[in-house]
Order: sequence, then C-alpha cells, then structure tokens
Amino acid sequence: MTVIFFKLIVTNLWRHRIRSFISVAGIAFSVAAMLTVVTILQGAIGMFSGILSSDSQVLVFERNVSDLFFSSVPAEAVDEIANWPMVIDADPVLFGIVSSADHPILTCFGVTIRDARLRKAIWLAGDRLNFARHADDVVLGERAAEFLSAKLDSHVPIGHGIFHVIGILKTANGFEDGGVFMPLASAQTFFHKEGSSSVITVKLRGKDDAALFKAKVKAAFPNLIALEDAEFTRSYSQFKILKATAWAVGGCGLLMGGLGVANTMIMSVFTRIREIAILRVCGFSNLQIAAMIFGESAVVSLLGAVLGLGAGSCLLFALKYVPALHGYVDVTIQPIVILIVILLALLTGVAGALYPAAYAMRVRAVEALRFE
Amino acid sequence: MNPTMLHASSQCFAIQKRIVLRAENVWKSYDGGAITVLKGVQFEAFEGQTLALCGPSGCGKSTLLHLFGGLDELDQGRVSVNGVEVNRHRNLLSLLRHEVGFVFQLHNLIPDLTLEENCLIPAVAAGTDRRIARERLRQLAERTGLSHRLGHRIQKLSGGERQRTALCRALMNRPKILLADEPTGSLDEKASGVVFDLLLDIVATEGATLVMATHDRALAGRCDRLLEMRDGRIHEPESV
Repeated sequence: MTVIFFKLIVTNLWRHRIRSFISVAGIAFSVAAMLTVVTILQGAIGMFSGILSSDSQVLVFERNVSDLFFSSVPAEAVDEIANWPMVIDADPVLFGIVSSADHPILTCFGVTIRDARLRKAIWLAGDRLNFARHADDVVLGERAAEFLSAKLDSHVPIGHGIFHVIGILKTANGFEDGGVFMPLASAQTFFHKEGSSSVITVKLRGKDDAALFKAKVKAAFPNLIALEDAEFTRSYSQFKILKATAWAVGGCGLLMGGLGVANTMIMSVFTRIREIAILRVCGFSNLQIAAMIFGESAVVSLLGAVLGLGAGSCLLFALKYVPALHGYVDVTIQPIVILIVILLALLTGVAGALYPAAYAMRVRAVEALRFE
Repeated sequence: MNPTMLHASSQCFAIQKRIVLRAENVWKSYDGGAITVLKGVQFEAFEGQTLALCGPSGCGKSTLLHLFGGLDELDQGRVSVNGVEVNRHRNLLSLLRHEVGFVFQLHNLIPDLTLEENCLIPAVAAGTDRRIARERLRQLAERTGLSHRLGHRIQKLSGGERQRTALCRALMNRPKILLADEPTGSLDEKASGVVFDLLLDIVATEGATLVMATHDRALAGRCDRLLEMRDGRIHEPESV
C-alpha cells in the first residue's frame, strides 16, 4: 500500500517531468553553491587556524581585538612567557599584508628562526640556518616564489622594499605557501610595529597545563588573552563572520530553490484538482492529501540535494587541481555540512509545499469534480 | 408489473429490510439561494435495494447523490446513512471509506496508474491490510472480467473496462451503499448493457444498496424502484 502511495507522489512528478527537473535542478544548484562556499570557507578557516596552531596548543594575543592583524603583543610578554616552567616554546609571529607587482595581497609572517613553520616546512631551496642573518632576507613559500618569479638568491620587490630570497619552502598550508617569511625584527620595522608581535603561539609541556597557563596570562598580562586552538577557532569573530556569510549565501541560494519548489508544487496542485477530489471521494483524509504534497516536494528536494552534493563535490574536486588555487582550497567535506545541507534542502522543500498542501486540503470534492 | 404492484413490492421490501438511507425534507440551493434544486426531498432506501433516480438534467439527481455521500452540505433537512445523520456525522472519512462507494459518469480514474493501483486507492485510504486488499481486488476483477488487465494503465483500457474498473474501486472497501451517477452515460449501448448487468449482479451478491441517477429509462426499469425527480422533489412510482 505504501508503494501505491509513493507512486501517487512520483506519478505527478513524472507526468510533468520537465517542470520537476527544473525544480530539482534549482535545488541542486543551490545545494552545490552552499556546499562549495561553505566548504571553501571552512577550509580557509581551517588553514588559517593551522597557521596559528602550528606545533602549539595555545594562542596569546591582545584582548578585545576584532582582527589578529591589529593585535599587539609586547616583546616583554614573549620573553616572560617563554620562561614559564610549563612552556616548551613561545614563538612570536607578526602578521602583515603587503602587495607586490601584480599581486595586491601577499601575507607576511614575521618569525624567529626557531619558529615551527620554518622548522616543519620542506625547504626546496636554501637553509633554515641562514634565516635572519640580514635584515632584507626573506624566505618565500613555493607558490609565492612561483608568482613572484623568484629563485634562490634573487631579489624581489615586496611592498616598498627589495628583499633577498634566501630560501623557498613548501608547506601543506595554502596561506603559508603563498606567503613571505621575514625575520621578526625586519617585519616589525617594515610594518612599523617595533617591539611587538601579533600573537604568541605557545607549546606547553602538558595538555593539563592549559588552564593554569591561561590563568597566569590573565593575571600577568590583563591586556592579553590566551585561548586554546579549538577555543580560538570557535570564538574568533572573523571566523564567525566568515561562517555566517557562507551559510547566509548558501541559504539565499536555497531560498531561491525553495521558491522553485513552491512554484512546482502550486502548479502540481492546480493541475490535479480533479485527482485530489477523486482521492477525497475514495476516503483520503486531509493528512493523507497533505502527506502526498509534502512527499512530492520532499522527493524534489532530496533529488536536488543528492544531485547538488554530487555536483558540489565534483566542483570542489576540480578546484583542488586548479593551479592558481593550489593549497588554498581544503576540499575535505565535513559530514556535518552534508547533513545540514540535506536538512536545509528538505526544510526548503517542506516550506515550499506549505501553501500548496493547505490549498489541496481545502479542495472540496464536489466542486473539484465539476472542474474540467 | 404495473406501478401499483411495484409500490406494493417496495412496501413489502420495506417490511423485510431495514432502512439504510433516508432523506427528510432536504433543501439545497446554489448561488446564494438563486437556484433551488432540492425542495424538501423525502426519500428512503432499504438494505439491498436497487433504486433508479430519473429526471431531466439539472433536476438535482447528482446533488442528491452528493448529499447522500457527504460530499456536499444541505441547506435544510436531514440525510442519514445507517441511522447516523450525514451532515452531523462524526467521521465523514469513515462514511466515505466504509459505508458508501461512488461511481461517476466519467470514470474518474487516475490515468498514470494501473487498473490494479486505481482499484486499491480506497484500501490505501482506509489503511487496509495489503494481503486482504489484494484478495478483494482479485475477487472483484474476476467478477468484472478484468483479471487479465490488472497491470494495464488506464489509457490502455476501453470505455467499458474503465467503468468496470471504477465499479471495482467503488466496491473495494465493501460499502453498503453504492451511489452511481449516470454510470453508463458515457458508454455505447452494448457496453452500457454489460456494465449495468454487472452492476446489478455485483450489488445483489454483495447485498449492497444501489442508488443510481440515470436518464436511461430502460435501465432504470430494471431496478427494484424507479423514482422520478421533478420540481425539486422525488415522486414515488404510483405518481410517475
């Protein structure tokens, strides 16, 4: 019996298959857009978090700053924290944005020679031990070297200065791979932030030391805040804005898809008034009629969601191999994103079927049977 | 059989059988009262009886059938099925699912479904067990000569087959009352005869009451009672 009920649902979709296909395509495009935007942004957030948490568990930065680029952590804090017994490493990092020929945005990392990013990277050219011997020394990420057409020992214009390339390294992180590593002191001078860094990335002796470390930072440096990596990713306002934007853009797309479903369902109800009347005469209840309409929209939404997930995954897979985006796009689709996207698509379908279902429930058999 | 004898026969029937359908002073109008179709209809149908409602187009035959099945609301009066008032019926769904079955002039089948699926719709509505419903359909299909057509789509069936399918569908949930609105009106003479024979045979076997609106006096004459609708009222046989 369920099969017949299901057939009543799909029969109408099949009968108007072009219209149904357009609705499914609308949902699929929306789902693909949402999946792509959300995954790319989450990947970007993940990569940025990766820069910050490279071989460290805690991040120290200025309290109440909206963006880490505006954070200022004094050198004295770095020195003092580095000497605390629970700390293994405390690496100051200064972030800056510069431009170079043809590239309006180039991320600069002001770091020390001991920094984990330099230690853990694969050095394609040069030697880490030569880092920071001269003020104009820079190390380029592989991608940055590529688009700056730089080689080892060459000189490249970055911002208002000319720098000497003493190394080229490869990391798994797109931002780092497309960035420039400067000696911390040079970066402080370049960005007019003498004596300060943006953050301190801290590696602790034990995981249990985190609470004590955070309390100690709060007591010793009231203007600074220490957050564990996961805590930071959750609370950093820029990440929140990015995530909200991604979901909002995707949501708008899905809303458009939902309007398509609503249109299809309204047409579906109007063109089968007589059939609905027959079902009523056969004893179908309001609930059964509504279930049929909602079932129809759910099929459209589910098909759209599945197609959209497939299309979105293919698009992300293709983006991964676009040379210009290499390393910038983390295409790992999180299961929670898939679940949310499917749920949103279903909700959209249900919302789109609300009015048509209400209309169908009001159909009076006696009037509809006169309808030609 | 002359009308007086027919009336006597119906009275005899009434003594033996219980009333399953009753209309008392039923009024119905359309367009805010501008067109009054039924003007105090009085009517009784007995268990297992076959009744033909005759009369010109627009005299209110279909309206009366719709009122009997709870599809429309009356302005005044009372219609009861098996002793329960229809317009105050606590569960109209139960009426449509278990007590009355409809056959229309246009077969009103769902074209994209097969004959079998169309017939099973009332069972789906009533939540009947699949096995029981299929067995019931098998019996009905056998009696209506449609067994070999069960898997066929409605578009592939002839007019007579479609109307026989509509009959199977109407009887699927074993209703006690079959309301037929010009059931042979869209068929040629031969198909019409076949369908009507079948109709009479099945309702007799099922013990159902048939109330049929028709223009065809020849067919109407084969029913237990022939009622004439005139001036918004039903006239009993002796007055026809």
